Amino acid sequence: MFELIRSNKRRSAALIAGFVVLAVLIGLAAGYVSGFGPAGMIVAFVIAAVMAFVSYWKSDKIALAVSRAHRADPQQYRRLYNLVEGLCIAGGLPQPAVYIIDDPAPNAFATGRNPNHAAIAVTTGLLEKLNRVELEGVIAHELSHIKNYDILVSTLAVTLVGAVALITDMAIRTMWWNGGRVRRQGDRGGGHPLFAVIGLVLLIVAPLIARAMQAAVSRKRESLADVSACQLTRYPPGLISALEKLKADTTVTHSASTATAHLWIEQPMSGVGDRGKFGSLHRMFNTHPPLDERIALLKEL
Amino acid sequence: MIALIVVLVIVALAVIYLIAAYNGLIRRRNQIENAWSQIDVQLKRRLDLIPNLVETVKGYAAHEQATLERVIQARNAAIAAPDTPHAQAEADNQLTGALKSIFALGEAYPDLKANQNFLQLQEELTATEGRVAYARQFYNDSVLGYNNKLEQFPTMLFAKAMNFQRREYFEADEAARTAPTVQF
Repeated sequence: MFELIRSNKRRSAALIAGFVVLAVLIGLAAGYVSGFGPAGMIVAFVIAAVMAFVSYWKSDKIALAVSRAHRADPQQYRRLYNLVEGLCIAGGLPQPAVYIIDDPAPNAFATGRNPNHAAIAVTTGLLEKLNRVELEGVIAHELSHIKNYDILVSTLAVTLVGAVALITDMAIRTMWWNGGRVRRQGDRGGGHPLFAVIGLVLLIVAPLIARAMQAAVSRKRESLADVSACQLTRYPPGLISALEKLKADTTVTHSASTATAHLWIEQPMSGVGDRGKFGSLHRMFNTHPPLDERIALLKEL
Repeated sequence: MIALIVVLVIVALAVIYLIAAYNGLIRRRNQIENAWSQIDVQLKRRLDLIPNLVETVKGYAAHEQATLERVIQARNAAIAAPDTPHAQAEADNQLTGALKSIFALGEAYPDLKANQNFLQLQEELTATEGRVAYARQFYNDSVLGYNNKLEQFPTMLFAKAMNFQRREYFEADEAARTAPTVQF
């Protein structure tokens, strides 16, 4: 289990590093093709970084407001608070704020920029449908997100996606204005038109690739959270049983949106279009690994 | 000239590394102390919940004097037990067994089972048992992290010189390994 956690952390670090390299390459390519040069890339990164980090800083308030969550009353939700407290002791974490969302679909999420400013939210559906050990497993999963600084990681990923989108957008616009010609200082005869076409195609596809990489990072962190949760509870059957119940339950979480989709324990817009001709394409953009895969991984612990 | 600068840089890096490693070990050692006292906090919390439980049960199941007596005695024994792991584990076992008997009373007395106070206390005691277990788990995890850091290369080279010792895990005593019995 410890080995799984370490290898997962290594892999997600490698994935993010690869993502950064990809973004830089796209930036350079866009600069070359559009004649902007590196200045454009730097501007794009700065804009995307500012946007992403403002949302990261306020991530707890934003996510909770979007999902219409309200503070859980300690007297009414005694068991929930007890479970959270126990797991915080196990993980050496300070206690996060606990919120409730009125939604019959069973789901939960965690947010907050670091363990000292964290919050977790559970739906009323989750509290009704899961028993004590299953609920404990789900809360452990959410607390693991906080402990592993997953909000920071996904903010980094979102920054890169945003930067890539901005760069490619700017590059395409510039090319459009230039009439498709590449202009650089001291340019003699212009570049080969084939490069311009390839460059254009890459620019259009780049944001999609970036999104796919972001989804890949998100999937890795989700399975890391699953294994970390078992490290907290030392009881994999609890989380396994919870995931199996989530699999069987097909209610759609209405309080979620595509923007917050990656924060929840289970994909809110579940698996639409995951089978069929373009199934593999859809699956590339899933923010969570499929439930079967997660259950299989945990069973091996 | 270049050689001198290189040597200085290497020395500076080594010093920075030493400071970081030392601070890391201090931090982890303090975490172990913290984790150890956490266990006591949770154990005390459990002991404090018991008088309330006894009062609630007395209201409904007054004839069950024997069971109630057992719990009170087990609690007093736990408070008075000497600090050795073995004695603590024995007292702990007695207490857990007595508590289980009280909760089993809920089955025989439906009025008691329906009582909000009783249910809340049951929840609190169950949760506290969980917290004690988690506190011990956290203590062991802290010891693991500290021992790992201590014994890895290159920290191990100077750790002995700085007076850092390997720490022991919290282990279940033999007495604690036998499951407590419920007596009626």
